[in-house]
Amino acid sequence: MIPKTSTPAARALVVCGAALSLVSPFLAWTWTSRYPGNLTVYGYPGGSQLLTLAGALLAAVFTAAVLGVPGLRALAPAGAVRALRAASLAALTATWITVGAIAVDLGGVVNVEPGGWLAAGAVLLLAAGAHALPDDTVTEPPPAARLPRAAEGALITVVFLAAMYVLTYGITTDSAQDFLAFLPAAGFGVRALAAAGLTARFGALTARNRIAVAVAALASALVFPFTQTGDQYTAIADNILVFAAVALGLNIVVGLVGLLDLGYVAFLGTGAYTAALVSGSTFSTFDIGPWPFWATALLGMGVSLVAGLVIGAPTLRLHGDYLAIVTLGFGEIFRITVNNLDGTSGPRLTNGPNGINSVPNLTVFGFDLGTRHTLLGVTFGRFANYYLLLLAVIAVIVFVYARAGNSRIGRAWIALREDEKAATAMGIEGFRYKLLAFGLGASLAGLAGTVMAHLQTNAVPENYKFADTAPPNSAFLLAAVVLGGMGTVSGPLVGAALLYLIPAKFAFFSQYQMMLFGLALILMMRFRPEGLVPDRRHRLEFHDEQVAAAEARRTAAEATA
Amino acid sequence: MTALLEVEDLRVAYGKVEAVKGISFRVEEGQAVTLIGTNGAGKTTTLHTLSGLLAPSAGRIRFRGQDLAGVPAHQVVALGLAHSPEGRHIFPRLSVEENLLLGAFLRKDADGIADDTERAYVLFPRLRERRTQAAGTLSGGEQQMLAMARALMCRPRLLMLDEPSMGLSPLMMKKIMATVRELKAAGTTILLVEQNARAALALADQAYVMETGRLVLSGSGRTLLDDDSVRKAYLGEA
Repeated sequence: MIPKTSTPAARALVVCGAALSLVSPFLAWTWTSRYPGNLTVYGYPGGSQLLTLAGALLAAVFTAAVLGVPGLRALAPAGAVRALRAASLAALTATWITVGAIAVDLGGVVNVEPGGWLAAGAVLLLAAGAHALPDDTVTEPPPAARLPRAAEGALITVVFLAAMYVLTYGITTDSAQDFLAFLPAAGFGVRALAAAGLTARFGALTARNRIAVAVAALASALVFPFTQTGDQYTAIADNILVFAAVALGLNIVVGLVGLLDLGYVAFLGTGAYTAALVSGSTFSTFDIGPWPFWATALLGMGVSLVAGLVIGAPTLRLHGDYLAIVTLGFGEIFRITVNNLDGTSGPRLTNGPNGINSVPNLTVFGFDLGTRHTLLGVTFGRFANYYLLLLAVIAVIVFVYARAGNSRIGRAWIALREDEKAATAMGIEGFRYKLLAFGLGASLAGLAGTVMAHLQTNAVPENYKFADTAPPNSAFLLAAVVLGGMGTVSGPLVGAALLYLIPAKFAFFSQYQMMLFGLALILMMRFRPEGLVPDRRHRLEFHDEQVAAAEARRTAAEATA
Repeated sequence: MTALLEVEDLRVAYGKVEAVKGISFRVEEGQAVTLIGTNGAGKTTTLHTLSGLLAPSAGRIRFRGQDLAGVPAHQVVALGLAHSPEGRHIFPRLSVEENLLLGAFLRKDADGIADDTERAYVLFPRLRERRTQAAGTLSGGEQQMLAMARALMCRPRLLMLDEPSMGLSPLMMKKIMATVRELKAAGTTILLVEQNARAALALADQAYVMETGRLVLSGSGRTLLDDDSVRKAYLGEA
């Protein structure tokens, strides 16, 4: 228990803690550069010290807001104290994990230099002070002032660039220690922004400026390859994008229509195998290709669409758990079939377990994606080329998703998810609209699959399992959608990034990975069932009383206004 | 002249259990017809069969002269037979307006839909106030208003209301029944299923009493209100 302190004392603690936390990253935390990130330098923060600095800066801003510094109060419209608490926890977790890791890795607390002790103490003061302050949460934050359109666009761009910076930090961190400190720091950081009411404001801002959001998101994603000198992290980013693209496709089926598809990875595989077969690879059964990308993509989408309709037509008459079981079965049938089409257990088509290897690089509008291209003085390697292509694929999928979701078809899908009987009574033919969603989802996964085969230079059955320790597989795809937030665009993107990075960075956990994954899912379902990025409609399902109260307040406010 | 809806010897069974055991009735254009009876009499089953959600085991349903045998539920709506189901069945996580738009799902005339949305808001001003609100956050009475407004959005030739007053406060029940009268006065043909027999009989041109799958009594609403057996069984009078 934190003792009840009177407010002036708590304020003093917070100010003191924030100041010292800001100073500590500039000191040496350990004596040897054996700890990743080199924390031995005075005068310049490095490695995880940056996380402490970021947390401390955030805390300092909210401290200033709590103290009533003019102009800063506006940065915390919903109340600064809870935001300050979360920010202090961001600094606390990052610092203590780093200091603890120094002690564990280097064999004892003796390896922690005075700077490290100072940091550990400072963040503790900060957190204690922050939690002793009385809560000042405002339930109805005042509406934000409207800015000129250009300024709103600029603000959105800045926020996206900042988010991209945080994500890039996560992708390019190569020590497990740093990543372990990064995750809670980022989590508490986002929570601080949410508690301050800033995420709600940003949500309102993005709702008004749909086009600016699309442009800013694309622009900040385009910045990533310019910041990379080697291929190492761009390759990781490529894999995340493939995973995210498929998760977004699955989101139509699961998030909008509510069909639980546990075999979705089969459509990714269908696209990948189709692309590999017409790629001109020497391992391909057909002596055709290489085709231009647009032809491969259309064929991959077409074959996946047919596969989706063939599987969907008999199964979509089932409901709920039965549909989940049957799709799970079809997903496995796909993998086993391509495993057996090797010429001995079946006709020769896919080379069985060996798969189709040596898939050549794609050529898009005359650009060979396998060679280096220099653009604006920056050299784009193979993975950077694929990164750009995948961004375009995701842009297409997001566009289709957004258009479909807000249309008459999208309403029909949501109606079917909510109450199929009532939807039928409205004249909606359930089967037809479900099949449409299933086919659309399948063809989008097929599109991602065609790129995936070329990116990974192969198509092998082992990549398309139901569950595995690395994405994409059906279980991880579904988890990315549910973890991120069903029925949203940004949810599956966030979910895919997290679910790709966590297993990749914590390779030393590999034997416990599935157990931790299961544990994380259970905790998630218990504490935040609507996902990290909640959809307005799903929030109602899980927290209907709070939402009802909030909506009633909002209507009352509108009525008086 | 043929009636708008003609039901002849309709039988509906759940497996081996027959819930509707051969009923015949008619609904004329512009009439308000009510079907009253106790729980389990087969009233809701009858409506579900009329709207195509259940398949009859025997008998004939003719709507606007067309046989409804084998017509799937989503096409029955297209013929102009709207069903406001028991328990309201609104889409809780969609906004009030989105619910109304779904009611007009089969229509393509954007202007007409806009007009009818406006008409729904005039009929139920409460719904206009809560236009952007998720339907699941409405009160029971408001949800019932929404269910009726939604059913009207397809410009039905016949509106079937299943237990519109169920679970409502006496005040809200009066309001809903007043709206049903208003709709009738505006010329809508209504088939009303109700447990609140007194209110239903008071507004019905023609009424049928249903007991364990059979129609046991019929007549104008007035006549049945004065009928001794009806008074004893359904109106709680000695």
